[in-house]
Amino acid sequence: MGLRHTESGRPLPLPNPTTQPFFDAAREHRLALQRCPRDGFFYYPRSRCPHCLGDDWAWETCSGEGEVHSFTIDRVGHVPALREYAPFAIAIVELANGPRITARLVDVSVDDVAIGMPVEPAFEDVDGITLVHFRPRA
Amino acid sequence: MGKKRAAIVGLSEWAPQRVWDEPMFSLEAHARLAAEVLADAGVDKAEVDGLVVSSVYESPMFGPSAAAEYLGLKTNFAEIVDLGGATACGMIWRAAAAIEVGACETCLVLCPSVIPPRPDGDGPRKMDFPIYLGGDAWGSPQGQFEIPEGLVAATPSFAMVAQRYMDRYGLREETLAKIAVEERDNAQRNPDAIFHGKPITIDDVMNSRYVCDPLKLLEIVMPCFGGAAVLVTTPERAKRARHRPVYVSGFGEHCTHKSITYAPDLLDNPIRVAADRAFKMAGTERSAVDMASMYDCFTITVLVTIENAGFCGKGEGEAFVSERSLRWDGDWPLNTHGGQLGMGQAGTAGGMGHATEAVRQLMGRAGDRQLGKADVAYVNGTGGMMAEQVALIFEGA
Ligand SMILES: [Zn+2]
Repeated sequence: MGLRHTESGRPLPLPNPTTQPFFDAAREHRLALQRCPRDGFFYYPRSRCPHCLGDDWAWETCSGEGEVHSFTIDRVGHVPALREYAPFAIAIVELANGPRITARLVDVSVDDVAIGMPVEPAFEDVDGITLVHFRPRA
Repeated sequence: MGKKRAAIVGLSEWAPQRVWDEPMFSLEAHARLAAEVLADAGVDKAEVDGLVVSSVYESPMFGPSAAAEYLGLKTNFAEIVDLGGATACGMIWRAAAAIEVGACETCLVLCPSVIPPRPDGDGPRKMDFPIYLGGDAWGSPQGQFEIPEGLVAATPSFAMVAQRYMDRYGLREETLAKIAVEERDNAQRNPDAIFHGKPITIDDVMNSRYVCDPLKLLEIVMPCFGGAAVLVTTPERAKRARHRPVYVSGFGEHCTHKSITYAPDLLDNPIRVAADRAFKMAGTERSAVDMASMYDCFTITVLVTIENAGFCGKGEGEAFVSERSLRWDGDWPLNTHGGQLGMGQAGTAGGMGHATEAVRQLMGRAGDRQLGKADVAYVNGTGGMMAEQVALIFEGA
């Protein structure tokens, strides 16, 4: 209901009015996050800042530079339609500007992933929407 | 002895099954558990005026009243609890608190996890594991930001806790394997355990395949069907009970997030606050604990829980586990029923199993795995991704 699936069964986001700007930016291969004037950046997109519940945030484009805070190698592909990508790395990325984002790591061998590894966003256009993964930063 | 708030006076628990031979509706399972737990306690149904349920499949809304109606109860307290793996422990303290403040006197706490018969009358049913765990609802942050990235079910999340722990403290995978092996040893004394008759070695665990690094297949619970229940009543009523009353002398609950992404600290888990509150309320020291019954969806869950519940310092879990035997006959008995790793994870009944085992031990009813001394038990539940955690202190009369 809150997802749509590609023909192969890949789950894709169904944006809503609050989250649409994030996906609009992603379509342009930009990472946009909301920034609260008191508490800084937060993720995921919300109607109000999760720290102060204020609604005077603004969208800002970020570099998305961060590092791997933790990760795992999914050897199975718990989402059946992602089995063709297994083994793949899932990481909690800590952005330099604060928030944590969990995403697949791409353009990297699963043997080379390590905590502390510098990463940046990697955009994948799929079936009319753009997903935000991360990849090693040069 | 902490304050005698309320007492557990009876239990019922079904052997977990991978394939459920006897399809039944959730309401039917509630009724069977209620009959069994009342019979075990020797308490008449007419005394029951409280009911706590976790899910009533045939009534997704109005669950408590649907169950009360089916069971023919007139309740002064009817509650539903939704804390994932911490649900059962959350149900027990809510029942105890309701009794303590006089909201009700005798309360059924029921956790069936069964599968209904099919409309076409077909036979036994296998577990169909819901990998999205409800995260695919419209508007769900998980559905938009995590499920498409592959973060589903629970294994990847707990694996990331383990990976972070290993990076920070240098944990050896063999230490996690030891937890799985010793819990499995305990299951050999529990005929109801799904892995009864199937002991394993450290090598077996180390040689099992990686599912989500660093977690391997034998460090992960097996989802099952089952059911478990307890009966909670007043200290006064408990004095006339058939078994040794088990007092709920302390409890604590803490929740900081849902998805592991937003955990304030992967290694500083909510159980730290919950356990501190429980021990303080009970007025009991950790050194007085005779047994620990800790939620064990994965081996890493146990290790970080031992630390965060305050049985050792941060980063000392490896030494703690290595230097002790966690077996029922060891020097630090943990999950003497085999835990969910050894017994199987039967939905919310799996979490209840940690409580029923502590009750069994404190009542002196644990059979071949009975501890020599069992007066104080530490019990906890972990819901979601180390997200919602509940600690309970049980004390025998
Ligand atoms: Zn704010």
